[in-house]
Amino acid sequence: MLNVIKNNEHYVKFRTMLDNCKHYQKFLAYKEKVLGLGNDSLEKTIAIAVALCLVCSVLVSFGAVALKPLQVYNKNLDMKKNILEVAGLMEEGMDIDAAFAERIEPKVVNLETGEYDESVNADEYDQRKAAKDPKLSVAIPKDKDIAHIRAKAKLAKVFLVKEAGQIKSIILPVSGYGLWSTLYGFLSLDPDGQTVQSINFYDQAETPGLGGEVVNPKWRALWKGKKVYAETDQPSLDKGSIEEADIGEPALALIKGSVDTGKMGAEYQVDGLAGATLTSNGVTNLVRYWMSKEGFARYLSKVRVKRAKS
Amino acid sequence: MSAVIGNELKDALLNDETKKVLIDPLVNNNPITLQVLGICSALAVTSKMSTSLIMALALTLVTAFSSAAISAVRNHTPSSIRIIVQMTIIASLVIVVDQILKAVAYDISKQLSVFVGLIITNCIVMGRAEGYAMKNPPLESFIDGIGNGAGYSLILITVAFFREIFGSGKLLGYEVLKLAKDGGWYDPNGLMLLPPSAFFIIGLIIWAVRQLKPEQREVVDYKIMAIAHGEDGAAHGNGGHH
Repeated sequence: MLNVIKNNEHYVKFRTMLDNCKHYQKFLAYKEKVLGLGNDSLEKTIAIAVALCLVCSVLVSFGAVALKPLQVYNKNLDMKKNILEVAGLMEEGMDIDAAFAERIEPKVVNLETGEYDESVNADEYDQRKAAKDPKLSVAIPKDKDIAHIRAKAKLAKVFLVKEAGQIKSIILPVSGYGLWSTLYGFLSLDPDGQTVQSINFYDQAETPGLGGEVVNPKWRALWKGKKVYAETDQPSLDKGSIEEADIGEPALALIKGSVDTGKMGAEYQVDGLAGATLTSNGVTNLVRYWMSKEGFARYLSKVRVKRAKS
Repeated sequence: MSAVIGNELKDALLNDETKKVLIDPLVNNNPITLQVLGICSALAVTSKMSTSLIMALALTLVTAFSSAAISAVRNHTPSSIRIIVQMTIIASLVIVVDQILKAVAYDISKQLSVFVGLIITNCIVMGRAEGYAMKNPPLESFIDGIGNGAGYSLILITVAFFREIFGSGKLLGYEVLKLAKDGGWYDPNGLMLLPPSAFFIIGLIIWAVRQLKPEQREVVDYKIMAIAHGEDGAAHGNGGHH
């Protein structure tokens, strides 16, 4: 096999070029000299260290660059899987790409107005990338930045699940700082924009076994049926009696210990994670932030008004 | 070229010395049960067979290739930066393995999270580099790496076998014991899913191995015994002031 390479004309050409190069000759001579030096000489120590770092960094960067496309594909697939899962559509062994294309409709929402922005291609829009781009994002004032994310994209990418033309679930991207890492996830709501269907986190690096339990299916199942916004005596949006009213402030929070289901307000409470107070606070804050007027409150109130009218 | 390597490998494998290098770490000189190295990841990734298998494979490959590479440059490694040279080679290999896992086995790499990266600090890899590869030729070091990786894998997979079957009634994700909550008879042991259970299982394995092979028992440093009466009396006799 080595002979095939040796006789290859490109290799021969490269070899002659290399052999004729003055610097390569110098390099070879230097290599001989260094290898002949005593192992403990300063020059050899430095030369070996530099050569080793060079070889290792080439190896590592070659691996990283060559495998990048596959990794990106996997990451996207994982994201789609998470969206299908939070929508309750995930089945074992299904074709994720096909199911996603068929059932899930990505939409771009302007957070400021709460309206859909049709000028942007929703399939290609990347909200996480946009949040880092100063042109596409806005800095969040410190006093309002309860989720500690510093900046948010002006446009958010939401996902709708429809059945027979009717919205079945609204899937919203949420993110916020926990203890060690920024948690990225999806919150799925009923079409009333108020009742939680499910939550999941696809990217987090909290302590495995403690804060990392945010991905535990048992804990996530506790979210089903919880309410996001405190219900008031004011005329309800759903009755269509007002055009665009205050949706209210998000009341949903994680509490210490277990929720007493008989108590008042239990529908706004989820069990905190044992041994992970800071991650639990982070989750509360990120839900509160993204459900407030800084986040999706305007959009959700429009969805509710639209629903009441139709 | 490949034929030459093939012959060399055959010669090496037929050699008694290399056979010993390959087989010894399985039971006689197991890195986990005898040397008690590499416990951290053995606790963390053994709640399921699938993660343990991938971890075992990753560690075996890293140990083998890093030992071979370190051995190849051993004669030109300045002793003052020898540990750094070893670490650089090991770390580069671990990063490459991590990247490959992310590309071809994304779900498992997510479950293994930091533990693939932590192979860098796994005592087995460093131990083989410093203890064997620095003194032996590349091919032998490679085989030594495979042998020690296999010894680690054996324990990892045994622990994972018990933890998965008793903790979730499954093996490699397939149901073996039907769980009570799904209408079966088995009530899973939740402790098996938590890291401490691996401690107990590894402890039991070490006990079993040392029971079968008494030569592996460590020499006791000191013995606890009752104070002899005579000594007690003597202390009273000449130490009246306290």
